Amino acid sequence: MSTPSAPSGSLHAVRVTVNGRPEALRVPARRTLLQVLREDLHLTGTKEGCGVGTCGACTVLVDGRAMLSCLVLAVQADGRTVETIEGLSRDGALDPLQQAFIAHDALQCGFCTPGQVMALRALLRATPHPSLDEIRRAVEGNVCRCGAYPRIQQAALEVARAAEGYR
Amino acid sequence: MPRIIKQRVEFEGRVEERNVVIEGDDLPVWPAGERFQVIGTPVTRVDGAQRAGGTARYTADLYPAGVLHGAILRSPHPHARIRALRTSRAEQAPGVRLVLSHRNTDAIPWYNGMSRIFDTELRYVGDEVALVVADDAAAARDALDLIEVEYEPLPHVIDPLEAIRPGAPQVHPQGNVLGGAPERYARGDVEQGFLAADAIVELDVTTPDVLHHSMETHGSVAWWEGDTLVIWDSTQHIFGVRRQVAAALRIPLDRVRVLSPFMGGGFGGKNNAGKHTVLAALASRRLGRPVRIVFTRAEESQAAGKRPRSVQRIRVGARSDGTLVAIDYWGVSSIGAYRAIGTPLAGPATELYACPNVRAETLNVFTHTGPAAAFRAPGYVEGTCALECAIEALADQLEIDPLELRLRNYAEADQVLGRPYSSKFLREAYAMGARAIGWERRALTPRSPVRDGPPRRGLGMATQLWGGSGSAPAYAEVRLNPDGTAEVRIGTQDIGTGTKTALTQIAAEVLTLPVGKVTLSLGDTDFPYSPLSAGSQTLASCGPAVRMAADEARRHLIDAAASLLEVAPEDVRLEGGRLFVAGVPERGLAIAELTGQIGNFTIAGRGFRGPNPDGVTIRTWGAQFAEVEVDPETGEVSVLRIVACHDVGRVINPLQYQSQIHGGVIQGLGMALREEHVTDPETGAVLDLGFDAYAVPRITGIPEIVALAVDKPDPIANNLGVKGVGEPPIIPTPAAIANAVANALGVRVTSFPITPAKVRAELGRRA
Repeated sequence: MSTPSAPSGSLHAVRVTVNGRPEALRVPARRTLLQVLREDLHLTGTKEGCGVGTCGACTVLVDGRAMLSCLVLAVQADGRTVETIEGLSRDGALDPLQQAFIAHDALQCGFCTPGQVMALRALLRATPHPSLDEIRRAVEGNVCRCGAYPRIQQAALEVARAAEGYR
Repeated sequence: MPRIIKQRVEFEGRVEERNVVIEGDDLPVWPAGERFQVIGTPVTRVDGAQRAGGTARYTADLYPAGVLHGAILRSPHPHARIRALRTSRAEQAPGVRLVLSHRNTDAIPWYNGMSRIFDTELRYVGDEVALVVADDAAAARDALDLIEVEYEPLPHVIDPLEAIRPGAPQVHPQGNVLGGAPERYARGDVEQGFLAADAIVELDVTTPDVLHHSMETHGSVAWWEGDTLVIWDSTQHIFGVRRQVAAALRIPLDRVRVLSPFMGGGFGGKNNAGKHTVLAALASRRLGRPVRIVFTRAEESQAAGKRPRSVQRIRVGARSDGTLVAIDYWGVSSIGAYRAIGTPLAGPATELYACPNVRAETLNVFTHTGPAAAFRAPGYVEGTCALECAIEALADQLEIDPLELRLRNYAEADQVLGRPYSSKFLREAYAMGARAIGWERRALTPRSPVRDGPPRRGLGMATQLWGGSGSAPAYAEVRLNPDGTAEVRIGTQDIGTGTKTALTQIAAEVLTLPVGKVTLSLGDTDFPYSPLSAGSQTLASCGPAVRMAADEARRHLIDAAASLLEVAPEDVRLEGGRLFVAGVPERGLAIAELTGQIGNFTIAGRGFRGPNPDGVTIRTWGAQFAEVEVDPETGEVSVLRIVACHDVGRVINPLQYQSQIHGGVIQGLGMALREEHVTDPETGAVLDLGFDAYAVPRITGIPEIVALAVDKPDPIANNLGVKGVGEPPIIPTPAAIANAVANALGVRVTSFPITPAKVRAELGRRA
């Protein structure tokens, strides 16, 4: 199980805004956005669950859309805006979605949680009051092996039903 | 003075005699009706902000300065000998720092001496051949292709039934049956029992290989600080990893520190150190830099353990009134290439029901496949599939309500060990669950198969029996800070179950502090010893020790307050964080005032887990009820609703209790309908490398799950009256679903997972 060899040595300049902060990086062509976030920018809240786009643990927002950062090459993120789980809390206060996850016990081991939260954030931003069905489809690609699913949908529903909507 | 007694202790379905050290008197059990402020309330996770905020640091998140990355070359053959191995090309590849193989590594025994860290005989596709360490993970993986290995393929056997035939290829020189013989159990006379039976049911039941697939894959990050080895490990047992690694490296225990403060799921798959843990330590020692080895998801499918497939045959006989007269059980567990202990498949069949004549035979069979591991109630999930499907088939045959049949055969005492249960509130669980699902709606199972027509509904149920008593040893320490906050240290793990929160609640309860004023730290071998987080034993092992530690600190607080208040300690009360003279509430002071006055003199407490009571068997109990809809045309099974009600003693945190039930039920649902890990019998290759071909449950497939609790404290099990809830909820789910499918269609699928093709085949429809 090995990735095909790529010519090493050649680095590519990438400018990307992560959680509001501009970053200038030089990366090998095959480096993924996930690797850049975790290893270069030390934002380890974004998790690698499979590395091949089948589990959703690495979900981040790229220009506001939920993307699997393990399937995005860092060079593809050039010029874009990326938001990770670390970008959600403001002055130490958690985002309403994160608060709802805690209130409803929508996490157990917590390893998939950042991906679940980011996928739901993308949904709630585009659709402030989604239906249960829309919620379930938004996180269908996010595996929670602990089985917090009933709680995750409860947490998302609470935020979806908030009169003021989701910021 | 500590003294040592011998005691029979249950763990993961097996009973063993252990030396138990008695240090002193345990605290009395909190009785039923005890009034609590924090215990029994739905406290949200004390580390929720870290987990939901992305700041919780898991082993996989560790990239210490100068870290190097390891990748493992694995055997492509199910059975082969390494004839030659050349690493020079790999060693010269860009970024590569080190290649380890049997050629330059000590022959460190592994798998209880059945193999070694790098064996030259490889026994499954995925067995470790070599390790590459490089500047980044991609470079390490690239270099794996440059290692040249000449393999001599050897005959292999994948199927456990083939493996027990004479002349089958041998996995180990001692033969393919673990221990050299089946495990046998008998009471009464089974043949005589069947002669007295009015009805006999015989079922062949198979369950698949099932993968844990924890979201955090197996991984270790190791470095050396002088002669001390520091390991972060995604493990369920930091002290076990320390013991194994110290032995492998032949270094003293006090030179190894293992940490696992956050852990991304285990489910039994991370009970032991892995070879990768030792390899990270060895490579780090050679290179003088931290080494990180984290499995890919594909490796997780190949080489990280599995619930081994089972092949079972069960025969049950009863009189016309439903009284069981004989149970004959035979089971095979395919334990893969390496496994030291057998799978307790026969546990449910031998113990769950009152029956005078029982015979059981279990074979644990080595095959050239990935090693089996404990997986959430090992053996009991599989064994319950056989027993509970047979019981319901028997009920249908006798036209007795399946719940009524179960109640008629209720076991009041442990017939295997011949002693009473500490408590058993299974009747209550049956009643609560039956009421919630509306069991009275259950229609008689159709006498003949329903081969066509619209989708049909069915109701089914199953019972859960499991350990979960916990046991000694476990230790905890509590100390109070000058500002009145408390810190608890305990060397256990929170593998996602909520251990940290529940233990914090216990300390807060005793000290009468709000949860927010108690900080509990775990996951570090610098803290007091705690056992493996498995066997549903964590809360029942660690909780009583935390209570005792907090209680000692509480007594010291009271003594100190007594001298300040100039009264006898018996006259001091502690309530709501305030120490005061009994009957004179205004004469007193807050804990923080007291600790503030004494400054850095520290009030502390140490607690230990007392022994389990002698002469009783401690069990958890439960019942689950499933309602399904099955389409006879397509064979598709939709689970509409699962009701789960379990008796696990006192519930410390109802929120987290329910979450455990959800998780267990959902994993059971996956095993019932979808999950199957497939090994190609020809090549021995794993065909489901990752999530693409292995159907873990997704949110869209989840039915309504009603999680109920009997919530009665066990009167003698331990000072909290608690038992474990980690494993119980997965145990009855597949059998309950299978029984509901049978009730809907009048045919019984006993090959798990219950796929549409199997349902159609059973109905005699073309695939």
